[in-house]
Amino acid sequence: MLLKQRNTSFRIGLCIAACIAAMALVGYVWTPYDPDMIIGSEKFLAPSLRHLFGTDNFGRDIFSRTMVGIGTTFFIAVGTVFIGGVVGIIVGAFTGYFGGVVDEVLMRINDALTAFPNILLALVFIAVLGFGKYNVILALGVAFIPSFARVVRTEFARHRNMNYVKSARLMGAGHLRIIFRHILPNTRGVLLPALMIGFNNAVLAEASMSYLGIGVSAPDVSLGYMLKEAQSYMLTAPWYVLCVGLVIVLLILGVSMMGDGMGKGEK
Amino acid sequence: MTMKNIVKKVLMMILTMVIVSFFAFLAFQIIPGDPTTKILGSEATAESVAALRAELGLDRPFFVRYFEWITNALQGDFGRSYIYNMSVSELLQGKLCVTMLLTAIAFLMIVVLSIPLGLAAASCRSPWVDRAFTVLGQLVMAVPPFFIGILLTLLCGLVLHWFDPGTFISPADDFGRSVVYLLYPALAIALPRVAMTMKMLRSSIGGEMNKDYVRTAYSRGNTRLATLYRHVLRNAVVPTVAFLAMTAADIVAGSVIIEQVFAISGIGRLLLTSISNRDFPVVQAIVVILALVVVLVNFLADILNQRLDPRLRLQ
Repeated sequence: MLLKQRNTSFRIGLCIAACIAAMALVGYVWTPYDPDMIIGSEKFLAPSLRHLFGTDNFGRDIFSRTMVGIGTTFFIAVGTVFIGGVVGIIVGAFTGYFGGVVDEVLMRINDALTAFPNILLALVFIAVLGFGKYNVILALGVAFIPSFARVVRTEFARHRNMNYVKSARLMGAGHLRIIFRHILPNTRGVLLPALMIGFNNAVLAEASMSYLGIGVSAPDVSLGYMLKEAQSYMLTAPWYVLCVGLVIVLLILGVSMMGDGMGKGEK
Repeated sequence: MTMKNIVKKVLMMILTMVIVSFFAFLAFQIIPGDPTTKILGSEATAESVAALRAELGLDRPFFVRYFEWITNALQGDFGRSYIYNMSVSELLQGKLCVTMLLTAIAFLMIVVLSIPLGLAAASCRSPWVDRAFTVLGQLVMAVPPFFIGILLTLLCGLVLHWFDPGTFISPADDFGRSVVYLLYPALAIALPRVAMTMKMLRSSIGGEMNKDYVRTAYSRGNTRLATLYRHVLRNAVVPTVAFLAMTAADIVAGSVIIEQVFAISGIGRLLLTSISNRDFPVVQAIVVILALVVVLVNFLADILNQRLDPRLRLQ
């Protein structure tokens, strides 16, 4: 599916996103320096070949920290899309396929929730759950359910009376089989770009929340958390804020170009 | 017909608000942490905790408290803050204005920048300009608003000294200087949205340009520009208005975050400190007020769209 795409936008996006994903994967097992090693004599070094992104206020290597930070951000974003996606698909599939009163009621609640920005919803959940990496995933995941459910529901409502579904039903296929084997694969043209957009929103939301100090906290490092640290030393170490910000921008750019290219490829 | 639609929309709005307020209230009832521990500390005696629970009304059944809270809220009384010794509405008063002002400036910026730029991009037929707009737009859309805010602080604040970061003055004290300061955070919120709106407008103009009425307009001797402004714009702007209304909600959310970057004491900063302090009456009130703003904006957009596009009035 992914490799069949021949769209330029998709390819460039894939390259950018793959580079950053590679940084994150390598960061899980190896970093050039220990990301938490404090060296008093090497504070605020400008980027050089030894320290690609320079060093921070404790003399820690920013590049190593960024690698670990991307890992955390990736983990949170993937977890968020997973929770939001799985629950959203199940809710959307059943309500869209069966319709009826449950559908009406759930979609009313859903409308109320989607009218409310994801990040604010996540803030409320974080207020309820408390801070920390896993709570961020849970809060964002739950906050993302309504938007996925809505996309999936629309698709299922569109497909449920199509001829291929009718003939599957005539052949005796059960509801579950029709939903997951017949209709779900047919919604990929809409679903995959929606998941990509969801991933980007999750990256953005994680970065914003950690930047606000209510997301990832101390021993963990994420891109948003680094930006929060970096802002205090903006004048003495501008490379800190710029490098970390650039990585976030590239990640979002890469994934959104992939999503865009995919949307075009399907038409 | 229109009247019936409006009544229906208003009913939907009320229903939405009931749902949101119910969830906002419910969410803070099922939390393990009790506000009394926050106020009295963990070493309080059982009697003083019970006394405070009675004083705060925490000992009564859930639905009783919900109805009391909602009827008071309708009269503008959101209860008292657990942390600050004042009522929630007093606490919110000045801050709400600041956030709304910021949102309004950002929204104005988006409309003023994106619609002319989108039209300019659509009326220019050079493929290179088109490509440049696409690439630039994609790039701008990928930058998180708070990072744009940080960059603006760094560039315009610390390097060029156009404004002093962290010296925000409330609009009640000096309206002019307050607005000037808010221009930078508003720009940070607006830029990615401008790119999105432009993309939206361009694609809907692109879709309209292939339709029959455009060909008819040409055949009557209209120039490309005249067709664009007199005929296409009105049709193309309908989805854009709907999109702008949707972004209005995100702008409110965006300003909550941007306030932190620019140290503006608005509703967003209050929300954050209240979340950290577990000051739930304040959090509930802010959630409900923001939801109300979002719902009202969506309602206005619906009405505006029906004005612009008569076909929508029939549905």
